[in-house]
Amino acid sequence: MSVYEQIAEAQAAAISEIEKTSDLESLKAVEPMLFGKKSTLGGLKRLMAEVDAEERATVGQALNQAQEAVREAHASARDTFESASRRVQLEAERLDLTESLQAPARGHLHLVTQTMERLEDVFVGMGFTVSEGPQAETDWYNFEALNLPAAHPARSMFDTLYLDLGERTEIGDGEGGEATNILLRTHTSPVQVRVMESAAPPIYTVCPGRVFRRDTADASHMPVFHQIEGLVVDRGISLSDLAGTLNEFTAAYFGGAISSRLRPSYFPFTEPSAEFDITCVICEGAGCQTCQRTGWIELGGCGMVHPNVLANCGVDSEEWTGFAFGFGIDRLALMRYGIKDLRDMYTNDVRFLKQF
Amino acid sequence: MKVLLSWLREFAPIEGDPHELADHMSDLGMAVEATQILNSLDGVVVARVADLRPHPKADRIQLVDVEIDNGEPMQVCCGAFNMSVGDLIPFATIGTVMPDGMEIAQRKMRGEMSNGMCCSAAELGLGADHDGIMILPDNLETGAPLMQELGLVGDVLWDLEINPNRPDAMSIAGVARDLAARLNVPFQIPERSVTPTGSDQGLASIEIADGDLCPRFTGRVLTGVSVGESPLWMQMRLTLLGMRPINSVVDVSNYVMLELGTPNHTYDLSLLPNGHIGVRRATAGEKITTLDDQERTLQSNDGVIVNEADEPIGIAGVMGGASTEISDSTNSVLLELACWEPESIARTSQRLGLRSEASARFERGTDWQISVTAVERFCDLLNEITPGGIEVVGEVLDVAGTTRDTISVPVRTSRVSMLLGREFSSEEIRDLLTPIGFGVEPTDDGDAQLVTIPSFRPDTETETDVAEEIARHYGYGRLGTTVPRSPDAGRLSPEQKLRRVIRQIMTGAGLIEAMPNPFLAPGDINRAGLVVEEPVRLLNPLAVEESVLRPSLLPGLLAAVSYNYSHRNTGVELFETGAVFEVSDDSSALPVESEHLGALISDADAFAATSLLKALGSALKLKFDLTNTDGLPGLHPTRGARINLGDTEVGSVGEIDPAVLRNYEIEDRCAWLSIRLDLVIEAAISAQGTPYQPVSTFPSSDVDLAFVVAEEVQASAIETTLRDAAGEELQSLRLFDVFRSEQLDEGARSLAFSLRLQANDKTMTDEEVGTVRQRCIEAVESTHQATLRA
Repeated sequence: MSVYEQIAEAQAAAISEIEKTSDLESLKAVEPMLFGKKSTLGGLKRLMAEVDAEERATVGQALNQAQEAVREAHASARDTFESASRRVQLEAERLDLTESLQAPARGHLHLVTQTMERLEDVFVGMGFTVSEGPQAETDWYNFEALNLPAAHPARSMFDTLYLDLGERTEIGDGEGGEATNILLRTHTSPVQVRVMESAAPPIYTVCPGRVFRRDTADASHMPVFHQIEGLVVDRGISLSDLAGTLNEFTAAYFGGAISSRLRPSYFPFTEPSAEFDITCVICEGAGCQTCQRTGWIELGGCGMVHPNVLANCGVDSEEWTGFAFGFGIDRLALMRYGIKDLRDMYTNDVRFLKQF
Repeated sequence: MKVLLSWLREFAPIEGDPHELADHMSDLGMAVEATQILNSLDGVVVARVADLRPHPKADRIQLVDVEIDNGEPMQVCCGAFNMSVGDLIPFATIGTVMPDGMEIAQRKMRGEMSNGMCCSAAELGLGADHDGIMILPDNLETGAPLMQELGLVGDVLWDLEINPNRPDAMSIAGVARDLAARLNVPFQIPERSVTPTGSDQGLASIEIADGDLCPRFTGRVLTGVSVGESPLWMQMRLTLLGMRPINSVVDVSNYVMLELGTPNHTYDLSLLPNGHIGVRRATAGEKITTLDDQERTLQSNDGVIVNEADEPIGIAGVMGGASTEISDSTNSVLLELACWEPESIARTSQRLGLRSEASARFERGTDWQISVTAVERFCDLLNEITPGGIEVVGEVLDVAGTTRDTISVPVRTSRVSMLLGREFSSEEIRDLLTPIGFGVEPTDDGDAQLVTIPSFRPDTETETDVAEEIARHYGYGRLGTTVPRSPDAGRLSPEQKLRRVIRQIMTGAGLIEAMPNPFLAPGDINRAGLVVEEPVRLLNPLAVEESVLRPSLLPGLLAAVSYNYSHRNTGVELFETGAVFEVSDDSSALPVESEHLGALISDADAFAATSLLKALGSALKLKFDLTNTDGLPGLHPTRGARINLGDTEVGSVGEIDPAVLRNYEIEDRCAWLSIRLDLVIEAAISAQGTPYQPVSTFPSSDVDLAFVVAEEVQASAIETTLRDAAGEELQSLRLFDVFRSEQLDEGARSLAFSLRLQANDKTMTDEEVGTVRQRCIEAVESTHQATLRA
């Protein structure tokens, strides 16, 4: 048998061994017969010494080719066996993903907080800062500084809760140190006064927060609720600036289909004063039961800051003018989700709170 | 305020679509709440009551025979009992569609046939009166269509919301003036008068003692008065505007008030000795019996009308007295048409709970220049409707108190343009103001015009007030829109951002934000296991259950968890951020308000709260120190700890006292965390500046140490000792096992810590790691009498 025939026979034998295997294990068992010195092909290397020098290169080449063929057959068998075994393993790991028992708990912010943050974000985007102040206030900050002296008839617009601090019920924080009652703020306007007292214009700020009225709770009233007010004081601020700012806010918060309008109204702290209406968010202006077929719903009050208020806060009303606006946060929350009864927001029932 | 188109037209030729007119009124600041077009109500006719009989089978309805012409009477069943045989009533025949859409059909009621419906004023949309069937005046023709007979077909009724600064719009004339200006049609108050006879000399006299209460008091003596029924047209107008017709004198009084905005009052002159009346301030404790037969006690700032004997006969501007009330036998009347100081009326009517159409007008301030016109109008009307007329004796009595000045104010065109954001010309301003009664004169200053405020606009005093009138009549919606820009960027403050971060940490940990009522019942504080000597109380709470401001978030959150447990929601995890209140030590200060965070986790032990605190500490880069403390208020007596940031106490953590849980009927353990959010945020802002630590690139080594240590020693104390002893190579320290066993000494437990050591500049040798390890063991053993577990 020629050298070449021996090589071909050894190659065929090796490949036949590979073909006999059925898995990675049996393949591994035959590997000593395929590779290395003890394998048949490996043993043929000794022939190199026996052939003529001029033929050595050809024999070497034949040997290499044979070894390469065996390696390829082995690799291909291994790949086949590996992928089969991977399939088996993966099949064993199969999961029904709907069998999950418990999700990690996700908490929820209160609907009022979510609404307040959304409003703050819109106003921050419009260049406003956010101001805060105490909930227990003096009569001065809540009323008098806002052009509502003690006997002002418009005080009846605000059902006020006063604090009983014994002998301290009146403290010397009124104008010129005069005694004044302490109350729970009926609006966040006292924050506006505090802002104007402590910072020079220009002022662009909103005051969100909790307010109190002596109202019995019903579907649309709570003694404790939330408001956001805005204040701008700058040179040359006009009623048109107020209308434009409210338009921009309305579009940003409610979306482009909703616009706003002003109607003359009365508040002691603004002159001129206005109500501001927005397009009914339910019917988008077509007219429905919610808006009593007018296409508009009343959102809040606004106006140019009354010169007396500016003066009370130490702002020169000839040099600076300003506007203010305010509206209820709770009602916006109700409107967004179609909640019928304000009291539902304050039962703290987790079945309610988890929906938002 | 309701207004009727036909009545407005007596002052200005107002034309137009009722809904468009409504839009104009709303745009002028008189918001229209309802527009009612009075239609012909086809099928509703005038009927005569021919007979009344009890229903044989029902007590609450009776049988009525009505005649609508000279035909057969028709039987109807009727639930009202206020009519008598012979009365004329509105009757809806079969097939009539009522204003509410209901169609009248023939039907049987408990066995008796009903062939139509007898109507109340409310059912016809002609007033608020539901109480009985509307009784019509005798002079109507039976069978005639009702609305034609009443002269109301096609008339329009608007319900307006009038702001407190618009006393003028509390009258038909005032609304007509505003609307006429908008529609650019002429407005005029017709002059009406009755020629007086004779002289009032000696018949009546008026004396004002306290002139600041009463700027002007006008009056007149009327004789030949016979109190009867007012005519149908007057009754209808009063009814439509929401007032109930009473008799001719009262109806004229109300009619003049509605028409011109001037409340007025009539005295039976024969009951006034010498016809004298005076005006003065009441003396405290003085008593008067008012028209409603109630005895009222007066205070020193109330105004009273007195007779010659200085006895009160009326509360100024609020309600007349019973002693001089007109009656069917009244023949001579003294009419009072006065102006009162608004604040005094507001105080008195509010205190006495006597809010009326009159006080609503006086509170806003009535027109002091229309008094004589109004007196003349009263006389003219009463003369017109009294059969045979009346006699008006002498001229109008007119006495001045502290008179009001007519105000004139310079109004700069430039200022108005700036305030409103639109360039106005002086002419435009003049043309907008003149039709609503403002006088406008040029001045030497080319920019300014001198504007004279009409007496019916007491709310208007300044240039800015006038600017509002200009804007109102120009139209707010036509001014245009511009958006001013802040020179600074909008932003949240660092505190506000951190508050949001903290809320997000809470929700990230699975907690739900609650908003309990900040008002508590006084007993709630003890019920929650808290002790507060002097909570902040409300002076005028709505209910005692809501009479105290919360000194802690605990009672509210306990109530919220309790509410959920009572609705089968268990395992509730709630938090809240918000202000709590305490009385200040400084007696000249507001109550102290501090912002707290409270978290209440039911069905969990104290570690649920401490791990929440750890999450907070790690997010805010703060190290909270805990000190186990027995008996913290509201907390489990042996499962509570104070929380410190350095030397500052910032809250408490642990479990709720089982006794407190029983008070709230919560059957599971509850973990509780309470921190002073304001202090924590302040500390977190400082901690935000902590510089960055480079990450070491050298290998690290782990050392695990377990110590047996007495129960009294806090694990955190050992941690502190380890931290100090390990030195700067300590990268992290973690308690990873707590082990209690009988094999250990009594009263001791094993605490196992894992330390990771790593140097920033080199690989630590085994020897170096060993040195640190030894140092840690010695420190813990010597400081805490601990022993290393082998």
